Amino acid sequence: MPELPAGPSFLEYLNRERPDLLPAASVPAAAPGHGPGQVPHATTIVALAYADGVVMAGDRRATIGNVIASRHIEKVYETDHFSVVGIAGAAGLAIDIARLFTVELEHYEKIEGTLLSLEGKANRLASMIRSNLSMAMQGMSVVPLFAGYDPHGGQGRIFSFDVTGGRYEEIEHHCIGSGSVFARGALKKLWRPGLDRVAAVSVAVEALYDAADDDSATGGPDAVRRLWPVVYAVDADGATRIGEQELSETALALIARRTAQAREA
Amino acid sequence: MSAQFYVSPEQLMKDRADFARKGIARGRAVIVASCVEGIALVAENPSGSLHKIGEIYDRIGFAAVGKYNEFESLRQAGVRYADTRGYSYSRQDVTARGLASVYAQSLGAVFTAEAKPFEVELAVAEVGATPGADKLFRLNYDGSISEQSGVIIMGGDAEALAAAWAQTAVAGSGELRLAAVIRAAATVLPGVVAAPAASSVLEVAVLHRASSSRRTFRRLSTADIDSQLAPGEGTQT
Repeated sequence: MPELPAGPSFLEYLNRERPDLLPAASVPAAAPGHGPGQVPHATTIVALAYADGVVMAGDRRATIGNVIASRHIEKVYETDHFSVVGIAGAAGLAIDIARLFTVELEHYEKIEGTLLSLEGKANRLASMIRSNLSMAMQGMSVVPLFAGYDPHGGQGRIFSFDVTGGRYEEIEHHCIGSGSVFARGALKKLWRPGLDRVAAVSVAVEALYDAADDDSATGGPDAVRRLWPVVYAVDADGATRIGEQELSETALALIARRTAQAREA
Repeated sequence: MSAQFYVSPEQLMKDRADFARKGIARGRAVIVASCVEGIALVAENPSGSLHKIGEIYDRIGFAAVGKYNEFESLRQAGVRYADTRGYSYSRQDVTARGLASVYAQSLGAVFTAEAKPFEVELAVAEVGATPGADKLFRLNYDGSISEQSGVIIMGGDAEALAAAWAQTAVAGSGELRLAAVIRAAATVLPGVVAAPAASSVLEVAVLHRASSSRRTFRRLSTADIDSQLAPGEGTQT
């Protein structure tokens, strides 16, 4: 049988032709027993469904141990027209995986001339996380949260993953990262069915605020530097990044409300 | 024992070129033209799913005439080249010039070394900030490459089409609009007539100059092409 040409996967192409470019190949193996303490960590990501789609938000802080490594890091990325990914874990690897995943989806779309289904995208990401398992065992774990609009079902969907590549569909909302336990509590109280986009963005920002309140590795809205979370909304029109103006109004209103209440959390 | 016949290199290359040209001449034509909105890529193509025009990268498009399997493998190789380069360096380091010279090398290698040359002609287009900054490269079956300004016309009887293009009213004007390009292409391409019914045999894509997303390539739907061809709309040239 004649050999068929290469498939539509950029990752498989790199594996075959340029394995040196893969994220895991660029990081030297850590000595056994050394945790992830020496590389920046990225932290709380929340995603929630709303009436037309999904909203995903991430804070801006990366830490190395007790030191803030960056106040400007972005942990939520638009991966294609209808999907976004948020990342938690070793920042360098996580950002590379998000970048590679973006190229993977775009590559498929260009080679095949059609978009991958949302399930297909989630499965692709799961296998990329699984291939990072040996790094995860050395403490370099990367765990993404994936959300997108499914044009077939006409709704937003959220997928979470574990380091072994397990893929789990989440209902209503989900969060990952060290501040996720606190964000989850906030989401349980604030989320309700049929939120509109503006309300959904507000809920996401408030959940991050609560996470930042109790988790030292999650950064809250920074009114001094005017740094707000990175927030994306994905609906039938595609993924859009929520603008600075709307985020600053949402965050400042939230801070004003909490200040006025003057309560001890 | 059979004697080895001597064939001069000139004759060999001429035969190969004739062969490739014949194959290409059977193909339907493609027009790639700069306009105010960006770069329009227009092909006569009755198939709705087998494309002659494709996206390579953020600001780079591809159009081809000739044998489908040959230019399709070149298109896919181009996407792999661009994605690998953009991933390992940076997205802005992917240029039409780089891609075109890779194509020129592989076409040239196939023309001289393989049993049969590729029966294809390619256009690689990169949209710039202004029509003057657009880059249009034309590649031949033998790997020869040329940079053309404004418009590339390829395929069967390209010379006659180029003459017809030059005669259409829009060709001379500096401020060429997208609708005018599509309409002019529809009148010039032999199997098409400039009527809404022509949309089903036209394949049109645009590299949008002022795109808000980093990917500028957009394929026009039949309805989009219809509205561009409909008289009275978008006629400002």
